[in-house]
Amino acid sequence: MPVLDVKDLKKEFIAPDGERHLVIDVPSFVVDPTAHVALQGSSGSGKTTFLNLLAGILLPDRGVITVAGECLTSLGESGRDRVRARHIGYVFQTFNLLQGYTALENVMLGMMFGRGADTAFARALLERVGLGARMNYRPRQLSVGQQQRVAVARALANRPKLVLADEPTGNLDQHHAGEALTLMREVCRENDAALLLVSHDRDILAQFEDVRQLAAINRALSSVATLGVRP
Amino acid sequence: MKERTHALGGVALIVRRSLRQHALSTTVTLLATALASGLVMAVFSIQAQTYEAFTGGPAGFDAVLGARGSQLQLVLNTVFHLETSPGNIPWSLYTTLKNDRRVSLAIPYATGDNYMGYRLVGTTDEVFTKFEYREGAHFEVEPGGRFFDTTRREAVIGSFAASKLGLKPGDLINPYHGLTYSETSQHPEQYTVVGILKPTNTPSDRVIWIPIEGIFRMSGHVLRGTGEVYEARAGQSIPDEHKEVSAVMLKFKNPKTGFDLDMTINKQGKVATLAYPIGRVMAELFEKIGWVNRVLELVAYLVVVVATSAILASIYNTINERRREFAILRALGARRGTVFTAIVAEAGTIALIGSELGFLVYGAILATAAVAVRQQTGVVLDVLHAHPALCLTPLGMTLAGALAGVVPAVKAYSTDIATNLTPIS
Repeated sequence: MPVLDVKDLKKEFIAPDGERHLVIDVPSFVVDPTAHVALQGSSGSGKTTFLNLLAGILLPDRGVITVAGECLTSLGESGRDRVRARHIGYVFQTFNLLQGYTALENVMLGMMFGRGADTAFARALLERVGLGARMNYRPRQLSVGQQQRVAVARALANRPKLVLADEPTGNLDQHHAGEALTLMREVCRENDAALLLVSHDRDILAQFEDVRQLAAINRALSSVATLGVRP
Repeated sequence: MKERTHALGGVALIVRRSLRQHALSTTVTLLATALASGLVMAVFSIQAQTYEAFTGGPAGFDAVLGARGSQLQLVLNTVFHLETSPGNIPWSLYTTLKNDRRVSLAIPYATGDNYMGYRLVGTTDEVFTKFEYREGAHFEVEPGGRFFDTTRREAVIGSFAASKLGLKPGDLINPYHGLTYSETSQHPEQYTVVGILKPTNTPSDRVIWIPIEGIFRMSGHVLRGTGEVYEARAGQSIPDEHKEVSAVMLKFKNPKTGFDLDMTINKQGKVATLAYPIGRVMAELFEKIGWVNRVLELVAYLVVVVATSAILASIYNTINERRREFAILRALGARRGTVFTAIVAEAGTIALIGSELGFLVYGAILATAAVAVRQQTGVVLDVLHAHPALCLTPLGMTLAGALAGVVPAVKAYSTDIATNLTPIS
């Protein structure tokens, strides 16, 4: 059974002029357990919207999304929150670390809404991403690369079955981006998590065996590109 | 259920971090809450303690007999040693009541002199031997002292007056005429301090006790027991018919006696006034000035409203800058309810800590008030006095604070995840 199964997914947004625009129209999309899939899409192609739909942050207008056997689209908001907390890890392009919290607390918070705080595992994750000596540093006290590693550790804190990564290396230079991606893939592999990464960076995409074009799976892409708004 | 328990750990962490991140506004709201909480507790505690002390406290007597006039003035003058005496009554009234079988104790008081502002009360030695200022508690002198000899110019000093005046056995004092100290009105008679009373925590601690004969014989004093002026002469006894007293302090064997005497003296007689029961007389005073208490309560409640508004405003103002934080928490799997709970808990926590700090404010207010009240009335306020307000105020304050948190919590609750996940540029 796939860890992610999308069927007939549609999402519209209302533009400032009041017109409805179809931004996501994905007839079918599947990610197998422990698979590492890269999704290539240019800026403004609806990548973030697609990932937010998969994470249950946004609700589609139509279609079915099943994550780890749970049908997200038939659940209420708190049900989607629960599925997200238990089965999905999310690495944002801007990392979205909580500034007032230490690296360890950021990872711990990732656990507290899901399976529960496991300090030993949180420490182990931070050790694994090379931040054993900086667990009590706040994000501002860490370099961009280190912040990215905290975000990876946090995404894996609840031992998710699916990790979504939205341009996770977008803020890193080429050298650090390569290192970060390798680390992310290794950690996902060690934790038996599938990885779905979206990016427009060819160097990043080149490291994946399974690269899919967003334009190929999203039939609404041409209208989104002309919309000029980021949902 | 298990996940909710885990989320509570998250809520606690969010609250802790937010309080630290917004340290300045947290401190200000904590102070406002502490002030409000302390003020409410102090108002209710002082009200209750003063009411109890003045109306139901251990006066030690059931009634006071004095000159025709105000019962309240009579009680204030003789029991609390405030106010002036409404006048004198003949000695015969004292002897009549002393010999009344229904009366268990009758002690005459003669007032009208002071020493450095502390009142002199001329009385008999029964005040030391028979009077109980509290059930089973007689006046006691500090080691090295004794009670006065009724035939000598000797004084026994209340503990508060002694400490304020720095008097000790062997010291000599010259009384002053009148109830307020005036350098020009000193009596030539010199009294020897023979004893300092142990503290009783009653208005008696502010009194200087001398033999009643001393008041009769004080130079410049005249007696009008018969209606005609009589001046005591040295070496000659004073006939009883000339003697007069400011009041007679009474204790009855049966409460019914008080009502009987009230009928005889107040309703049928024209010579004297019986203040009975003492607590009822004082309660009437508190009823008359009850509006003052209401105003104080209103002020305290208004401060509570200001404090809870401060909590609301300080948290509400942070919500906009925290929208991204809420969105990230939601993206991590936090429920809307968890975010709502975190904000309400944050407001409640500020109110709870503030009201705990309020005990310091309460202690400071009560300690200050206690000094002033004791100085003025001799009534002692107890900081540790148990009052329901000490329990209910922190509870109420915490509840009010949590309720104040509902408004910003609703705003946080409505935070949309997707639109707030990107950084604010």
